[in-house]
Formats: sequence, C-alpha cells, structure tokens
Amino acid sequence: MAEKSGSVMVLGAGIAGMQASLDLANSDYNVYLVDKSPTIGGMMARLDKTFPTNDCAM
Amino acid sequence: MNINLITNSEVKTIEGEPGNFDVTLVNHPRYIDPVKCTGCGECARHCPVTAVNEYNLGLDDRRAAYIEYPQAVPLAFAIDTDTCVGCGLCEKMCIAKAISYDDEERETEVKVGSVILSSGSQGFDPSDLDYLGYGKYANVVTSEEFERILSASGPYFGHVMRPLDREEPKRIAWLQCVGSRDVNKTGNGYCSSVCCMYAVKEAMIAKEHIHGDLDCVVFNMDMRTFGKDYEKYYNRARYKDGVQFVKARIHTIIEIPETGDLIVKYADETGAMQEEVFSMVVLSVGLKIPDTSVELANRLGIKLNKYNFTATTPFTPVLTNRPGIYTCGVFQGPKDIPGSVTEASAAACLAGSDIAESRGKDIEKIEVPEEIDVMSQDPRIGVFVCNCGINIGGIVDVPDVQEYASKLPYVVFSDSNLFTCSQDTQDKIKEMIVEHKLNRLVVASCSPKTHEPMFMETLEACGINKYLFEMANIRNQNSWIHSNNPDIATQKAKDLVRMAVARSLTLKSLQEKVVPVNKQALVIGGGIAGMNASMGLANQGFNVFLVEKEAELGGFSRKLHHTIEGDDIRAYVEKLIGEVTANEKVQVLRDARIIGFEGFKGSFATEVAVGSQAEKQKIEHGVIIVATGATEYTPKEFLYGEDDRVVTQVQLTDRLEEKGASDLSSVVMIQCVGSRNEENENCSRICCQSAVKNALHIKKFNPDAQVYVLYRDIRTYGMLEDYYTEARKQGVIFIRFEKDTPPSVESSSEGILVTVEDHILKQNLEIRADLLTLSAGMTATDTDELSGIMKLNRSPEGFFIEAHVKLRPVDMPSEGVFLCGTAHGPKLISETISQAQAAASRAITFLAKDAIKLSAITAKVDTDHCVKCLTCVRSCPFGVPVFNEKEKVIEINEAICHGCGVCAGVCPRQAIQLSFYEDDQILSKIDALMEAV
Repeated sequence: MAEKSGSVMVLGAGIAGMQASLDLANSDYNVYLVDKSPTIGGMMARLDKTFPTNDCAM
Repeated sequence: MNINLITNSEVKTIEGEPGNFDVTLVNHPRYIDPVKCTGCGECARHCPVTAVNEYNLGLDDRRAAYIEYPQAVPLAFAIDTDTCVGCGLCEKMCIAKAISYDDEERETEVKVGSVILSSGSQGFDPSDLDYLGYGKYANVVTSEEFERILSASGPYFGHVMRPLDREEPKRIAWLQCVGSRDVNKTGNGYCSSVCCMYAVKEAMIAKEHIHGDLDCVVFNMDMRTFGKDYEKYYNRARYKDGVQFVKARIHTIIEIPETGDLIVKYADETGAMQEEVFSMVVLSVGLKIPDTSVELANRLGIKLNKYNFTATTPFTPVLTNRPGIYTCGVFQGPKDIPGSVTEASAAACLAGSDIAESRGKDIEKIEVPEEIDVMSQDPRIGVFVCNCGINIGGIVDVPDVQEYASKLPYVVFSDSNLFTCSQDTQDKIKEMIVEHKLNRLVVASCSPKTHEPMFMETLEACGINKYLFEMANIRNQNSWIHSNNPDIATQKAKDLVRMAVARSLTLKSLQEKVVPVNKQALVIGGGIAGMNASMGLANQGFNVFLVEKEAELGGFSRKLHHTIEGDDIRAYVEKLIGEVTANEKVQVLRDARIIGFEGFKGSFATEVAVGSQAEKQKIEHGVIIVATGATEYTPKEFLYGEDDRVVTQVQLTDRLEEKGASDLSSVVMIQCVGSRNEENENCSRICCQSAVKNALHIKKFNPDAQVYVLYRDIRTYGMLEDYYTEARKQGVIFIRFEKDTPPSVESSSEGILVTVEDHILKQNLEIRADLLTLSAGMTATDTDELSGIMKLNRSPEGFFIEAHVKLRPVDMPSEGVFLCGTAHGPKLISETISQAQAAASRAITFLAKDAIKLSAITAKVDTDHCVKCLTCVRSCPFGVPVFNEKEKVIEINEAICHGCGVCAGVCPRQAIQLSFYEDDQILSKIDALMEAV
C-alpha cells in the first residue's frame, strides 16, 4: 500500500472550514482550503456582531 | 502557514481511499490573478459597470471588477463576467498587470489523505411566501439583510435605516421560524437552532444604534435560547433592554402605501385577532443547505437526510457514509457558531487520525528572520491610526489624530487605515518598517486583548523584537464611550496616542523562553467525553492518562438507555470502554483522585491517588482535558422525594425500560425544573427532548395513555423538532405556562393532582396523573476540590469556563487546558462526542510541537532590595513566588508566572518589576498624560 498523504482537503471556508484548517495546520498537516467564492469567510463574514460579547463578527 | 487557499473552485470528483484520495478540482476563472493583485482597487474605481452587490444582499451596488469586503482574504479582486462589458479599462489601469480576460476554467488534481466537508448553509429565501410580502414591500427584509444594515461595512454604513426611504425605523417586528418548523408551506420541519438568538441580538443592537426610541417586538412560537448562558442574554433583552416577545405566528403583512409602514396581522394566544403597525419587518429566515451542496454530495456519494443535511448517527456525529470524508458545521445540521467551531475541530481530529503517521510530511517550516539589534539605535517610531470602519472614524477625527501623532518626538512615520488589522495593512506596515527603518510600532485602534498578538507578529516578521510594540485603545476606551461628543473623543484619542508614543520609547527587547513539550495527555473524567477525547489523542499516536474517580468508566451515561433516535447508549458505552481499555496508548486510572498539580503548558506534573489504598502516582504531561461531566438535578419542588409517584425523566426512562407503560393511564411532565429560575438562570438544553422522547415511548407502549407536557418554551432544536411534531401527532398534549404561574401539585389516593392555568382558556385545568415526571435540569459535578488544586475557573453554576464563548469553545483560559462534555454545559451525547474529539484536536495542536515559546511578560525580583516580607507570596493568585530557604531569596519561576502583575503592585519596596510593564514604562504614560494639563 502506498504511503499515506500528509494533507487534508477542507471544502468550504466558512467559520467551520477555517477552524478545521487551523487545527490541522497547527498539528503539522498540510491543508487545502477550497471555496467556490473568491473570498473565504462564508456566512459569518456577513454578520455584524455576535452575542453575547458583541464582538465584531469580522 | 501550511494552509493553501484555493478560491473560485469546486470539487468534481474524489477517488481513492482514506489516506490516499485523488481529488479533481474545477478552478473557475477569476480573471484577476490573486498572486499579482495588490488589492489597490484601481480596477473597481474605473469599472463603468454597476452590478448587484451580493455581499450586502442586493441592498447596494458594486462594480463588475470587485472585492467582497475590504478585509477579504485573499485580498484580491475578481471580475464578474456576467456583468462585465469587456471595455478593457481595468486592464489598462492595473499597474500589477493582474488582469487576464482570457483566464479559463481549469481542472487540477490534488492528493490528500482525508477530506472535510464544511460547505455551510444559506438563509432560506422567503420570496415564495406571499403572505409575508417579501420582495413586494421594500421594508420587509430578511435577517441576513438586517445584519448588513446593522454593519459598519454594510449598505448604510451601520445607520439603521429602512430600505424604502432611508428613514430611521420607530418600530421593528421580527418574525421567527420563517422557513423553519414549517412543514406545510416550506417542507422544512426542522428548527434552524440559531434564529432566536440572532433575533434577540439584532433587536438589542438596533436599539443601541438608534439611541432614542425604538420598539422591538419578536413574534415567536417558542424562544429557543438553549445554549450556554444564552438564557441570560435573552433575559437581558427582555427585562433590561425592553425587547418585547409575543407568542404568535403572523398570517398576513400589508403595506400602507402612503407611509411604507406595515400592518402585521396575527391571532394572539387567546385566539383574538390583532393588528399592529411597524415601520419595518425582519424575517428571521432559517438555515438551508444550498443546491450546490446537494449536488456536491450527490457527486461524491455522500448520503444526506431528508432535509439535505449530512446523514450522521448520534454516536458518530462527524462521520459521513464514505470513510475518510468527514462533515461539520451547518452542513452536518443546523447549529450556531460555537457548535460549528467545535464540530470543525472534531472533524479535524478524525481527519488527522487517518493520516497521523504522515504528520509533517507535506509541510515546510517557516523561518522567522533573525532579530535585528535595535536597542542601540535611536528610537524611530511608526504610528498607525485606525478608523475601524466607522467605529472610530465616525466619531474621532482620524486625520487630525494622525497629523498630531506625526509631530510627536521620535515619530518618523504615521498613517491612517480603514482597518489597521486587515491583511493588506499588515503588508503595508511591514513595508513601512523596512522603508523608514522603524524600530518601535504604535497602533491606535482597538483592544490589545484581541489584536496585540497579530501586530507583534508583523513586527517579528521584519526582524524587530515583538515587545517593541504599544497600542492605544481609541475605540473601546474612547469612540465607543464618547460617541455623543466627537470633539472630546478626538482630544482623548490624541492624549492616548501621546501616552502610547511616550511608553514606546521606554520599551525593551525581551526574549521568550522556549520549553520542550511533553507529548503525553491527562484526561480528567472517564465518561463519554473523557473516553472519546482519549481515543482521539491515542489514534493520533499520543499517550493518555485517563483519570476516573469512580471504580468504573462510563460516568452518567451508565444511567441512560436510548437516544431519541433509538440508538442503544449502553451498548455504545460498553463498546467504547472496551476500546479505551484495549488501547495500549491509554492508561486508565480508576478510583483515582487528583491530589497535587504543578507546571505550565507543555510541561505539567499531576499527582494522583489511585485505588482504595490511595497509592500515589505522579504523571508528567503536556496538556490537560477536563471532562468531569454533570448529573441530573435533584428536585426540591413538586413533592419530589415525598411521594414516590413523582419521578425525574431519568427515573421514568428506567421505569419504562423495566415495566413498560401498560399500567399508566395518565402521565404529566413538568419542564424547566431546576432550570430557568432564580437559582439557575440557564436552560438545561436537553430536558425538552428527554420529555418528548419519553412521551413517545409511553405512546408507543400504550397508545391510550394520556401524556401532558407542561412547558414554558419547547426547545427541540435542529432535527429534534421532528420528534416534537411526531409527539403532537401521537396525541401528546402540550400546555404552556408562565414562569410566574407555575403548576401546583397535590398528592391524593387517586394519583397526583396537577393544576395548571391554560394560557388559551385562561382557566385552571386539573389533571390527575399516575405518574408526575419532572424534567430536572443538569447540574455540574462537584469539582470544588479539583478546581481548587488545578486552579480552573468555573461559572457561578459550577460549569467550567471556556476561553472565548464563540471562537474558543473548547479551550480553557489557561493555555494547554481544554474542556469537553457536560463539564462545559448541558448537552446531548452527540454534542458531547464531537466536543470531546474537538478537545483532542485542540490538544494535538500543542502536542504536535516539540517546543513552545512562553510569554516574556513575567515578574522579576530585585533580590538586592527585597526584604523578604512575603507579601508577593501571599498575594499571587497562582502561588508562583516562593521563598528559597537555602538561598534565602524570593524566586519567581518565569515559566509558570502568568504575568498578571499583582506581585509588582503589592510589593512595598518596589522590588518586583513586570517585564513590558515596568514602573517607568507605566509612569512614562502618566507623565505624558500630565503634559497636557
């Protein structure tokens, strides 16, 4: 059997995809983060603020 | 960073097997090369074409050459060829030569070991729901549009205005459950889980933005604020901010043509018809899986459920039917941001375990440039003043502040930015550091708590010591508070900048200590959470010590039988215990108690007393996962403990498993016992589904039995809503009561007599019950001793506190310590499992490293001037300073010092200095402040 790849593909670069990518990258895996739009961020980048801290969602 | 961003792309096929997948991507043309594009925006400025701006949901326009928003990553424009007329202007204007009209669709092949699907959701489109008037009446907007209206980077720059006439609304109505909990009109039987909370948030923020009079009314069936501490937020909106909540489903909206106001018609709880006029209506649209994701799933052979979310099981929440392909976020099921972040980490954990042996194989290490010695140079300060969209720039005169900063001593460069935190500004700062030979950086923007690390990284990347950085918080401590007085705010911003510049002159280069990481983990608690966390770590090759205080593994789950979906919990737990005990990487310590603890991230040492003999054992480990669990609340109310016909839901399940329900003719359930009250403000999240589960169970065994559920709000979120619908179909009767008029119960020979006021009839109903079941909430396990020894923070309710509610839901505030399961807050088994896997993933980000850098902000003792009064020893909240008997000096171990500065503050001889916050560094700011007085 071929040697396993050290990379992971994450499809969708919203908050979930970005978090998964960060965890994997910080655990020394290589990540391909794919999104169909020209920008990462997904739905959360469209939110204004988030409760309960009212932190800027951006 | 080893993350390759591939935008404008979709997956065509995935062939192969876990460990070795061949992925074919379709890369759609962007027409602007993201590598060459500098994001300067000249293309968009010269583009003559107007197009609908999807980012602001069509509320304003953009150009055909566009970027979604100023902080976009990658910071590169794109051309929308649907609207582009091909005039060629942008190509002529682009200095970077990034435009290529002949860009074509390509296919690329990528080899990976595992795949994570996190394609997310879109808001439900209410256009087809005629009665709401969306698309017909300008002032009816979706909640997604309202988010953009609230946003500083939105179409109205953060001023709350209605689309028709740009007037400030006086009354806004939110309509809940649009496209959710609605089988009849939309076919979406599920609850979207997030709309109640965002409606509460939007109402509160709208009130804040408008300052004056704004009425906010949220029309709902049930308010589902079931998350950790969400009930407190809901109560704040209701009782402090005056947001109104009305139980009704709206049937008609009609516009008043003269004013653009909207008449909202509904039946109130008594059945009476009501009409109210609002200036604006917000439709709280649910989460829906886009068609593109359904097509993707079909291409990849991924099974979806009837609502197009990924088909998963309660015990394997992030697994798809295809081995090696995982799911998370809303594609898995409707959920909020903390839930998505947690599940994403869980998916990362499992995706990593498939290829653990190849860790590090595909990555290159990035080298930080060698540090330039600047301490011998004269100070050369660069000041960057941020507008923060309109957060600062809308109040403070930013150009004036920048002008002022440029004239301060040693300031050789100054600039102002729309967002100083954006990636393009970091690149600009780096350029300026090099160009102007800056050796001190001052940023006047927001809080160092959130942004200091990022700016420090920017300095490091230029070879400048990261501690030569100072921040002036001219937003949180200035523009936000003095928003009514721009002149004073501008003056204060200048004062803060002058103080920051003065302090930056006193800063020194500091060196961070590097400590090796012990690659073993300690997991506290051997329930479902602790065992899953242990397996997550072991499967990636790390040794685990699993400490359980009882003689057996399993925790509270041993008392449970089946999930609402019908899966066998006991069989699952037995299997899990088998896997954990058979795994040679996991050492289980049963009947074990933690008695001693010391150390810091990467290098902890914990002393454990094991077994009946309390045999002492010392464990060295690099990370900690806290999974101490929770238990069912023991009710004090409703005759519990006095009459044995009064039981809890857990006891009822036991009884139903044992004896069935054939002898029961009438069962009453009371919700929110021990939850949502003065003693425990929070919702316990799972009790509504427990009641529905048991009610269905009774109906299954004995369809003639009457089951009454007395509730305040039914909170069967996500897919659980289907069971609530089924329970009503089966004839389970749900009766709502108000918090202030709870049911009363009486014991009689006939049974338990329950009296409750029916909210429709406004009359008391008396129900005789063979069995009264209390939906008792969840209480945290007693962890007084443990949290004392390990110094772990807990909420007043006894649940452990995470580092950030939204973005770090499984990290604890102390680094290297993680949290999962019901020790964090009430949750379902499926949620516990994903959070446990998430905690393992977060822990692995530490364990994968050979060494970690510690902060250089630590306290140092000047032993020549110290009189050994021991004030610091007594004051340190972390017990760090110790008296060395041999050397007769006070010692502070910089590796465990938290840098809080308490010791430096209390030392009567000023013999302790905190690096980066030395006395003269703080005094320099005070002196600079006084200069103006």
